[in-house]
Amino acid sequence: MLKTNPAFAASVKTASNFNAAACINCGSCTALCPLGVDLHPRTLFRYVLIGAEEKLLENTSVIYSCLLCRMCEDNCPADVPIAENIRSLRSYINRTRFGLMKG
Amino acid sequence: MSLPVKHVLGILADNLEYRRSVIPMSAARATAWARGLDIPFGGETVLYTGQMYQIIPSINSLSAMMAKVENSWINRFMGLGRLANRIIDLSWFMTLGVGKQQKEYNGILRNIALILKSAGVEFGYLYSQDLYSGALVFDEGIDDVFRKQARRVYDIFKTNGVKQVITVDPHTTSILKDVYPSVVEGFDLTVKSYLEVLAEKNIPCRRRLDMDLVIHDSCVYTRYLDVVDQPRKLLQSACATIHLPELSGRLTHCCGGPLESLFPARSHEITVKRVEQLAECGRSAVTMCPICLACLKREAGDKIDVKDISEYLYDCYCQPGK
Repeated sequence: MLKTNPAFAASVKTASNFNAAACINCGSCTALCPLGVDLHPRTLFRYVLIGAEEKLLENTSVIYSCLLCRMCEDNCPADVPIAENIRSLRSYINRTRFGLMKG
Repeated sequence: MSLPVKHVLGILADNLEYRRSVIPMSAARATAWARGLDIPFGGETVLYTGQMYQIIPSINSLSAMMAKVENSWINRFMGLGRLANRIIDLSWFMTLGVGKQQKEYNGILRNIALILKSAGVEFGYLYSQDLYSGALVFDEGIDDVFRKQARRVYDIFKTNGVKQVITVDPHTTSILKDVYPSVVEGFDLTVKSYLEVLAEKNIPCRRRLDMDLVIHDSCVYTRYLDVVDQPRKLLQSACATIHLPELSGRLTHCCGGPLESLFPARSHEITVKRVEQLAECGRSAVTMCPICLACLKREAGDKIDVKDISEYLYDCYCQPGK
């Protein structure tokens, strides 16, 4: 069963520049990704938006395997800051799971 | 099995926090490239290396080690490695046996300094105060360690009266130009890559290249910084014939480098793919980023000759005509 935590999305957003509200779920990002089908930014963003923290964390290695090359972002019809969003998710995990930050 | 992300990032963050670089190195090694070039210390305009080219030989050793460890039982002990690294700088071992490579990467920085001098650009260098920018730690989202480093680097610039910074690689350029202003209050430096500076100068070519070159654009230069035309202009002015793979310019394909430290096998797959794309277009490829250069060179074999753009620019803008 998918567990949701309404505070999760707020927690990611307040601590970073995460902004995926404009994502229209079109899949252009995945189609262009040099990593192929492993990385679905739109799926990761959807997990954040609905507060599915556990599902997001199951994809930790996917989050850290993004190249931040911005191929997806340059071709996103909705101008979603995909690379910065991925970086924000890393920042969230570093802070809350890995203990790499004090803040 | 993959590398334990938490511990690898922990080692990089500890190194930056306590030793001022993700791959720490002595000041003597970091500044060796400038020996004998008579570059003055400091000044309003400085050439800032951010130690990127200097750390590549160590990154090559690190990548080779990570590739071996990735699917080995040893990676279960990475947490212990992090603890040990806090006491002994383990990255020192990565510097063993890299003398030849170090000379090669130092040569790139020497080329860049000499081309700028030849173009009439006056600049200084901060020598032992030319610190790593924090680029990798920013990309990995370790924000508080990055912020401290950004403040440290900026304070050094301000203390020395620097107003303009000339960078040598895309990652450092992007971090200084786009990221520092958002994390360092009052940031007021002008930042330009040496390729932008040279392209604006319209310097005359002294020796024609007369060769076919395949350009591998950097993701960061093209999509982050919109530096696309400048390298083409500089090479074409030197009579090089440019060839472009289908994925180039703003659509350039990544070299795989950003995954080297955490996912070496995936990084390798992407690099191999890119080498094939470049080899379809010609025999001589040109890069403008130290990470791209290191990755592509490692996988190029006899398929393609990969060189940093500065090597060609030095030949045609600094050497006397034939």
